[in-house]
Amino acid sequence: MSVESTAMAFSTITGSVSLVLSDAPVAILYHFPVNQAHDGVLRTLDFICDTVDTSSASKPGKGKRKSSLKSHGNHSYFLSGGESFLVKMVAPLSLLLIVAVTIRAALYRSSLAELIAERVEVVSPITAWKRVIEGLALLDLGVSPYSGDVFHETPLIIYLFHFLVDYAEITFMLADVITAVALYMAVKDFNKQVFRKQKFSVEAERYPADCLELIRSPTEMFYIPLKVAMFYLLNPFTILSCVAKSTCGLNNAVLSLFILTTIKGNVLLSAIFLCLATYQSIYPLTLCAPAMLYLMQHQYVPVNPRRAAFWWFLVQYLFMYLGSLFVIVCLSFFLLGSWDFLPSVYGFILSVPDLTPNIGLFWYFFAEMFEHFRLFFLCVFQINVFFYTVPLCIKLKDQPVFLMFMQLAVISIFKSYPTVGDTALYLAFLPVWSHLHRCECLLHTWVRSGSTGSTGNIFLVSCVLLACSALFPVLWHLWIYAGSANSNFYYAITLLFNVAQILLVSDYFYAFLRREHHLTAGLYLKKKDGSEATLVLK
Amino acid sequence: MAASRCSRCAWLFLVFIYSLYVVVISEEPTPGNEQHASVADNPQTPAETVKQPTEERRWEATQVDETVPDDAAAANKQDLPVPDSVLTSTPPLKDEFQEELVIRPLHSGDIYASFQFRTVWETDFTRGRKVSHYRLFPKSLGQVISKFSVRELHISFTQGYWRTMQWGQPYLPSPPGAELWVWFQDTVTDVDATWKELTNVLSGIFCASLNFIDSTNTVQPSASFKPLGIANGTDHRFLRYATLPREIVCTENLTPWKKLLPCGSKAGLAVLLKSEKLFHSSFHSQAVHIRPVCQDGPCKTASLELRQTLNVVFDLHASGQGKREWSLFKMFSRTLTEACPLASSSKIYIDVTDNPQEDQFELSPATHLLSQAVVLGDRRTFSVYDLTQQVTFGTVRSLNVLIRWKSTEGDMLRPLLHAERYVAGYGLQTGEIHTLIYNNHPFRSFPVLLLDSVPWYLRLYVHTLTVTSKGKDNKPSYIHYQPSKDRMRPHLLEMLVQLPPHSVTEVTVQFERALLKWTEYTPDPNHGFYVGYEHIACHICHKSVLQVRNERIFQMCFSFNCRSSVVSALVPSTVAMNTNITKEQPLFSTFFPAKEESSYFIRVYTEPLLVNLPTPDFSMPYNVICLTCTVVAVGYGSLYNLLTRSFQVEEPNPGLAKRIANVIRKMRGVPPLVAKVFQSQLIQSVQTHKGRLVCVVNFATVTKIAPAVNYAAPMDAGTSAYLQLR
Repeated sequence: MSVESTAMAFSTITGSVSLVLSDAPVAILYHFPVNQAHDGVLRTLDFICDTVDTSSASKPGKGKRKSSLKSHGNHSYFLSGGESFLVKMVAPLSLLLIVAVTIRAALYRSSLAELIAERVEVVSPITAWKRVIEGLALLDLGVSPYSGDVFHETPLIIYLFHFLVDYAEITFMLADVITAVALYMAVKDFNKQVFRKQKFSVEAERYPADCLELIRSPTEMFYIPLKVAMFYLLNPFTILSCVAKSTCGLNNAVLSLFILTTIKGNVLLSAIFLCLATYQSIYPLTLCAPAMLYLMQHQYVPVNPRRAAFWWFLVQYLFMYLGSLFVIVCLSFFLLGSWDFLPSVYGFILSVPDLTPNIGLFWYFFAEMFEHFRLFFLCVFQINVFFYTVPLCIKLKDQPVFLMFMQLAVISIFKSYPTVGDTALYLAFLPVWSHLHRCECLLHTWVRSGSTGSTGNIFLVSCVLLACSALFPVLWHLWIYAGSANSNFYYAITLLFNVAQILLVSDYFYAFLRREHHLTAGLYLKKKDGSEATLVLK
Repeated sequence: MAASRCSRCAWLFLVFIYSLYVVVISEEPTPGNEQHASVADNPQTPAETVKQPTEERRWEATQVDETVPDDAAAANKQDLPVPDSVLTSTPPLKDEFQEELVIRPLHSGDIYASFQFRTVWETDFTRGRKVSHYRLFPKSLGQVISKFSVRELHISFTQGYWRTMQWGQPYLPSPPGAELWVWFQDTVTDVDATWKELTNVLSGIFCASLNFIDSTNTVQPSASFKPLGIANGTDHRFLRYATLPREIVCTENLTPWKKLLPCGSKAGLAVLLKSEKLFHSSFHSQAVHIRPVCQDGPCKTASLELRQTLNVVFDLHASGQGKREWSLFKMFSRTLTEACPLASSSKIYIDVTDNPQEDQFELSPATHLLSQAVVLGDRRTFSVYDLTQQVTFGTVRSLNVLIRWKSTEGDMLRPLLHAERYVAGYGLQTGEIHTLIYNNHPFRSFPVLLLDSVPWYLRLYVHTLTVTSKGKDNKPSYIHYQPSKDRMRPHLLEMLVQLPPHSVTEVTVQFERALLKWTEYTPDPNHGFYVGYEHIACHICHKSVLQVRNERIFQMCFSFNCRSSVVSALVPSTVAMNTNITKEQPLFSTFFPAKEESSYFIRVYTEPLLVNLPTPDFSMPYNVICLTCTVVAVGYGSLYNLLTRSFQVEEPNPGLAKRIANVIRKMRGVPPLVAKVFQSQLIQSVQTHKGRLVCVVNFATVTKIAPAVNYAAPMDAGTSAYLQLR
C-alpha cells in the first residue's frame, strides 16, 4: 500500500478531523506550522488508541490528554470514528483470527499433523506433545513422570493437561490466539507511547532539522499491530508449532501476556507472568531487566542507581517476581509431593543430556565434545544466553521494548533446546521495527553505509532463513531415512540458520542504534572538508 | 481310599526290600542274568501285570512313578540298590556330586546334548560362618558367595539362538550373550555396590566381559525372577538382573567353567567337552546356577547346590556332514571310558519318547535301563546308561552311543508357547517393537509374565503400548514400568498378560532413537546396538500329565517313611535318602521348582534385537567444535561491536610516515604534527547571515593548530570568526 493511499484511508477514518495529508507524512511536518501538524497527527493517534483503550481514564496522563482533546472541542469523532474503527481494525483482526484458526483446524484433521509432530525442528524434548502424553500415561500408571527421562515439562503443564487432554487442539489454538491478541494490544499501546514521546521531542525541537524524514508518522504505524498479529498467526513456524501441539505455544502465550501487562504498566501481573514464563523455561529470567526498565519509565522512576526510588522499585518488583516464583514452585511440589521435577526440568535444560538434533547449536557440539571439556563448554554456552543482559540494558536503557525484543531473540538463538516456535515469537516483533528498515533504505540512498552490517542484508538474511527452513526436512530425510547423507549435512544447516538469525538480529540492532544516532546527530553528516561523511563504529 | 493306598505302599516297600535282598545275594554280573532276574521278579508284583510283561526293558525308579502308584511302571524299582549300597556303606557325606548327559534327537535331524553337573554341599554360608574347607565345591565360587552374601546366583553364556519352533523347549532356557541374575541376602546394605563388585569378580572368574554390567543394563524385576531355591522373602530390592546381548562366548569362557568341576575335564562326562567341537555347533550355552536347596524333606536345613549346565545343539549339516547318524565320537570326538570317580551318580539319558517301537532311530549299544520323567509338562521316556557300572562300557571298555535314524520324516514339535520379536518402522528416528506370543494350547488360556528391559537410548513411550489378542484389546492385569534415566538405568517393563487359547498376542510399543555422544558408541556403531531380549516367564498348564506338587510328595513320602520305619527298620538311612525327591529324579527335570499341580514353569527368551542408531560423524570433533564456536563468536562479536562502540564520523587516517614522525616528536616533547589544515577543515560551513556570506570557523581545529596560543586569542578568533570574505 502506498503512502498516499494509506493517508487517504486514514483521512476517511478520522472523518471530522480536517487534515489534508499530502504526499509524505514528513511533508506535513515540514510545510505546516509545526504545532498544527503535530496536533492533528496526535489527535488522530490518540483517537486510534483511545477507541480501544477504554480503561485509560484511570491514568492521570491520559486524563490530561483527554482534556486537551476536549479543549479542541471535537467530540463527534469519538462516536462516528468508533464505529468505523470497529470496521477498519477489529474486523481485520477477527478475520485474521478466523483464518489462522481455520488453517490450524484443517491441518489438525489432515494426515500432516502426525508428520509435523515428529519434526525435530518443531518439537524439542521439552515441548514435545508425545512426551506430555507419556507423562500423563506415567501418572496413570502410578509412576512419577519425573522418575524417567522422557517427560521434562513442568508439573503445572501436566496438571493442566490432566484436565484438558481431550481439548488439547483447542487449547493450543487458543494459546496462539491469545498470543496474537496480546501482542496486538501490546504493540498498539507501545506505538502510542512511541508517538507521544516523539511528539514531545519534536515539540521541544530536540531532533535536528534534517531528521524529519526519520520521524514516524501515524499512517505507517496504524497497521503495525495488525501486522504483528499476522506475523505471529500466519507465520509457518507458528502454525507448525501449533499443529505439532508443541507446548512452546503456551510459553509464547505466557510471554506475550507478560509483554502486554508490562507495556500496560501493570507491575504485579507483569511479575506474575514473567515468573510463569521463567518457571516454564529458565531463560525468560533475563526479561526481568527490560521489564523493570520499562515499568520504571512508565511510573516516572528515575533509572539512576543513586536514587532511593530506583532501589525501592527494584526491590518491589523482585519481591513480586521471586515471591510468585516461590509460590509456583511450592505449588508444584505439593502437586507432586516431591522435588524430582527440579532436576528433571531445570537440570535438563541446563545440563543438556538429550542430544536429539534440533535447530540450535547445542546438540552436535555436545555430541562431538571431548568429555573432559564438556562441563566447561556447557557453562560457556549457558552463560552466553544470560551474558548479554547487562550490556544490552546499559546500551538500551531508554528503549526497554527493543531490549525485550533483543533478549527474546538472544534466548531463542542460544537456548539449549530451541524450536521454531521460539523463533516465531521474536519474528513477530519485526513489523514493530519496520521503520528501521525503511530508514535504513532511505539512508542508503543518501549516505554510504558503514563498515559493519546494515539492514541491506535483511533481504539476504531472509532468503537464507527461508532456504534453511526448506532444507531442514530435506537434509533430515537424507540423513535419517535415505541414509545418503550424514549428520554433518543437517548440522551445517543448523549453523547457517543460526548465523542468519544472528545477522538478522544484529542488523536490526545496528539499524536501531544508527537511527538513534541520527536522531541526535542529524541525518546528513558531513566531513570537515564538506564531503559526505562515513559513519563508522568506533 | 487312603488306607488302601497306604497298605499298597507298604506292600510295595516289602517287595522292594525283598528284591534288594535277592539282588545282593545273587550278584549276577551279566545283563542277561539281570534281565532274567527282572523277568523272574515280575510275577511277584501284582500291580505291574497290566502293561509291562512283554517288554524286556527295565525302568529306573523315579519319583513320578512312585507318586502314581496305579501306573504300571511304578512297581519296578529294582535298580535303586546300586547307589544305595554305596551310600549305606559310607558315613553321610557333607557334599555330593552328580553328573549326567541328556541327548535328545531333534526332528530336524539335529541333536541336542545337555550336560548337568550338580554339587550339593551341606553347608550354610548365611550364618556368617567362615568356611575354609572345600572338597567338591569349587573354592573360587564358595569364597565369592560368602564374601558378597549371595543367596542365589545364576549366570549363563550363550552363543546362538535357541529355535523353539524347530527344537521345542530347552531343558534350561538361556538368552544369547551373557545373563546374570543374583539374589543377595537381606543382610546386604549397599546392594548396588556389592553387585558392581560381584560382577567384576565374576568377570575375572569366567574370563567374560561381565565388568561391562553397570547401572545402565541392570534392572530389578519385580515379578519375573523369583528365587529358584528356598527363600524366605522375595523383596526385589535384593535382586539384580543384567544381560549382555553382545557377549561372544568362546573357549576362554569354557576353560574356567570346566575348572569348576571336581574332576575337571580329566574324567567322567566332562572329557567330552572339547572346545573345537562344542563351538562348531548351532547353539552353545553354558551356565552356572547356585542356590540353596532343602537338605531333606521337612526342609529344616538348607544346603548349597551348584549346577553347572552345558547345552549344545549339533547341526545336521555342519557337524553331522548331512548324515543322519550321530555318535558320541562324532559329536565330541571322544568316547567315554569311565565315570568321574567323585561322582555319586553318572548317567547318560537318551530321549526315546518319540521312538517307542524303534522305528525312528536305533540306539547302539542297546540299553535296557529305561527311565521316565516329567519334563516341561510332558512325560518323557529315556534310555539310561549308567556310567558307574562297568557293564555299561562293555568289552571294549569305552562307550560310544550311536543313534542311527531309520526314517527321515517326523512331525515337527509344536511348542505350547513361543515368542518372536522384531522392530518395525524405517529410518533412524522412531520405531516400534513388536512381540508376538503364541499360545498353541487348543483350549486352555494361561497368564504369562513379560519382562522387557530396553536400554535408555531407545526411549520407550509407554502410552503407545498395545496388547492385542485375536484382534481385540487385551489389557494386561499387571504392569510394572520403570522409565529409563539417560546414562543411568534402562527401561523396565513387566506385565502379566492372559493368553487366550490358540491365539497370537501382539505387544507393540513405540520408541525413539537417541543420538549419543560420540564416545558412547561402540567401535562398530553402524553394526547396530543389541537390545536385550524380551523374556517371558510362564506357568503352563499341562496337557495330559499332572505333575504332583512338591509338598504333596513330601507329605506322602513322610507318611510312607513313618509307616515303613515300623515295618522294616533295616535300612533306615536309605529310606531317609529317598525322601529328598530332588535327588531321585533326573537332574534336568528338577530345575524349576513346581508350585502347582497342574502347571509347570518355563521361560522363553525372544531374539535379541539389533537396532541402528543415528550416528554423528566420528571424524570431525575438532571441526564441529571450531565451527560451532565460530557461530557463537559471530553472535558475540557483532553484539560486542554494537554494544561497546559508538557511531562516529570517519576521519582520514594520517600517513605512516607522519605517524612515526609524531611518535618521535612526542619523545622529543615537541607538539605533534597536525594534518594539513585545509581551508575546508578550518571553515566549518559557509552560510549567509543577514545577507552576508559568513564563514564559520571550526573552533576545534583552530585550537589544535595553535595549542600554545593564549586562549584569549582563540576566543577572539571565535568571536571574530564571522569573517567577511567579500
